[in-house]
Amino acid sequence: MTPALDASVQVRSAPPVLSVRNLHAHLHLGDTVVRAVDGVSFDLPAGATLSIVGESGCGKSMTALAILGLLPQPAGRITEGEVWLDGVGDLARLDQRALRRVRGNAVSMVFQDPMTSLNPVFRVGWQIAEAIRMHETVSREEARRRAIELLELVGIPSPSVRCDAFPHQLSGGMRQRVMIAIALARRPKVMLADEPTTALDVTIQAQVLRLMKRLQQDSGAALLLITHDLGVVAQMAQRVCVMYAGVIVEESAVGDLFADPLHPYTRGLLASMPKPRHGAARQALISIPGTVPPLSRLPAGCRFAGRCAHVFSKCREAEPPLVPVAGDLGPGARKVRCWLHVGSEAA
Amino acid sequence: MASYLLRRLVLTLPVLAGIVVITFLLTRLSGDPTDLMLPPNATDEAREAFRSVNGLDRPLWEQFVVFAGRALMGDFGASLRFQQPAMGLVVERLPATIELAFATMALALVVGIPAGVVSAYHRGSATDTSIRTVMLLGQAVPSFFLGVLGIIVFAVWLRWLPTGGRGSLAQLVLPATTLAFNLVALIARVTRSCMLDVLKQDYVRTARAKGVWEARVVWLHALRNAFIPVLTVIGLQFGLLLGGVVVTETIFSWPGVGRLAIQAIYARDFPVVQAVVFVFAVAFVLVNLVVDLLYAALDPRISYK
Ligand SMILES: Nc1ncnc2c1ncn2[C@@H]1O[C@H](COP(=O)(O)OP(=O)(O)OP(=O)(O)O)[C@@H](O)[C@H]1O
Ligand SMILES: [Mg+2]
Repeated sequence: MTPALDASVQVRSAPPVLSVRNLHAHLHLGDTVVRAVDGVSFDLPAGATLSIVGESGCGKSMTALAILGLLPQPAGRITEGEVWLDGVGDLARLDQRALRRVRGNAVSMVFQDPMTSLNPVFRVGWQIAEAIRMHETVSREEARRRAIELLELVGIPSPSVRCDAFPHQLSGGMRQRVMIAIALARRPKVMLADEPTTALDVTIQAQVLRLMKRLQQDSGAALLLITHDLGVVAQMAQRVCVMYAGVIVEESAVGDLFADPLHPYTRGLLASMPKPRHGAARQALISIPGTVPPLSRLPAGCRFAGRCAHVFSKCREAEPPLVPVAGDLGPGARKVRCWLHVGSEAA
Repeated sequence: MASYLLRRLVLTLPVLAGIVVITFLLTRLSGDPTDLMLPPNATDEAREAFRSVNGLDRPLWEQFVVFAGRALMGDFGASLRFQQPAMGLVVERLPATIELAFATMALALVVGIPAGVVSAYHRGSATDTSIRTVMLLGQAVPSFFLGVLGIIVFAVWLRWLPTGGRGSLAQLVLPATTLAFNLVALIARVTRSCMLDVLKQDYVRTARAKGVWEARVVWLHALRNAFIPVLTVIGLQFGLLLGGVVVTETIFSWPGVGRLAIQAIYARDFPVVQAVVFVFAVAFVLVNLVVDLLYAALDPRISYK
């Protein structure tokens, strides 16, 4: 690798606004420990979109909740690792008072189910205004005026009327727009979106995704987009982390991942993706055989070994590290957690 | 809203009719009301005179029509003991009972709701366990026992509070506390279970994710939702409060409707008993109507059209 090339890579990607290092978030339920997040690291560059993709139950939501210190209580806690937020410090070591000042302010979050995520007894305008008033001293009128502006920004028709609506008077898509307005209220540096369109109708999904993309580009916020839908990844993200059973198994630029998936799990995910082209005959969906090991009783060795077609003896003995693939270094590096690829690099 | 109110008021009419039937039957249950209303040693002539004056020699349905017509006008006849209109006696004592009921309800809410919230928020902790133990006791111990205990300890031994009567705030403390005890236990228990449910909801997590401070999350975002079912229980248990009023007023010589009721029962003053039963039943119906309206005011998802 030439120094010139190395420098151009450095220039291309902005410094990370959020840097997660070796994050472990465990749930203590009686005698069992659910290792929902078990050593996750990634960088989210300012203004970029990073996607975390993986099957249900692999720890995507817990990763996002751990970042904001919102793990389910009293079971959940961060046992190890760091969450560096630019200009603030390590969120994992902040107390609740200091975290409160970060939440909804520098880092905000959009949840999966808009039907249950808004408080049913308060007007939506009030709920948006509250997000502002928790972090700055403004009059009620001023907060309301800004809530109406935000409603307009997220594309809600007649915002000054809808401002006084209760959540149950709005459709699912409208409610998710309200959630996005809440998340944008303080112009955050980082937005965490946990499957923001999964609960919506297909046509509404596309609208909300387009809206999120536009708002993210306009506001310059970095977006951590959690999804189990590779189609969403392709549309929204520049980089992607594939998560499996509490760890990241592959990280790469989105284009590279689709062109040349390295981890057997990623290949399985891609193969199980419905083909968008309607010209080709509809293929039967290929699904990965077997099930995810329970996060409270993980096997020694590779977590995917039980379902992997390429498994060999080493896979059952030790867990492979997440390492850059041969020759690729720097912040744009591709990383994979698989003995097949560690071997090839060493060679 | 106005039309709903009207419809609800119209719907109370059959309930009212039922109440009239029951109060009527109250005096006919044991056969001849003459036996109930006159002293056992009354002469046969006196009995005859009583029967014809009160129309008891007429057919039962005719008696009922006359009774119902008067009852709906609030006329239950004259008290046998005081020789005054029975309803007048009840209305006279109503303010004292309302005062006691309000003080009790306020106390029960002020203690019961925070106890329930704290217990739910710290579920499984020592605080939770102690609150729940006290609440269990509160539900198990009858109010007459608490009342007598309260008099012995605070009035007789410590001499902090008067044993009874009405007029000063000090005189209100013991009866209201006694009466509130069962209610506190009930409200705390219901609040706890509703809060446990609400604290798990997604919108509570949303509030935290917005940067709302924890006390506001619990006492505004969560409690505002949990209070709605608590309110229903309070409405349904209003009868419990009325039952308690009768006992508590008697123990503390509180000059209210409950004490009047007991005195009237002992004195076989049936017109007064009927008037009390009627007033209590109407109060129960009205309270539940108010609870329904409050319910609609608190929960925007319910629209009363
Ligand atoms: N409140 C909880 N109590 C106990 N276990 C939980 C709880 N929430 C999540 N888990 C467990 O933690 C693990 C990770 O859950 P998480 O919600 O992060 O998965 P996910 O990747 O977001 O899945 P999904 O796509 O279904 O949202 C799962 O195995 C789940 O069973
Ligand atoms: Mg999830």
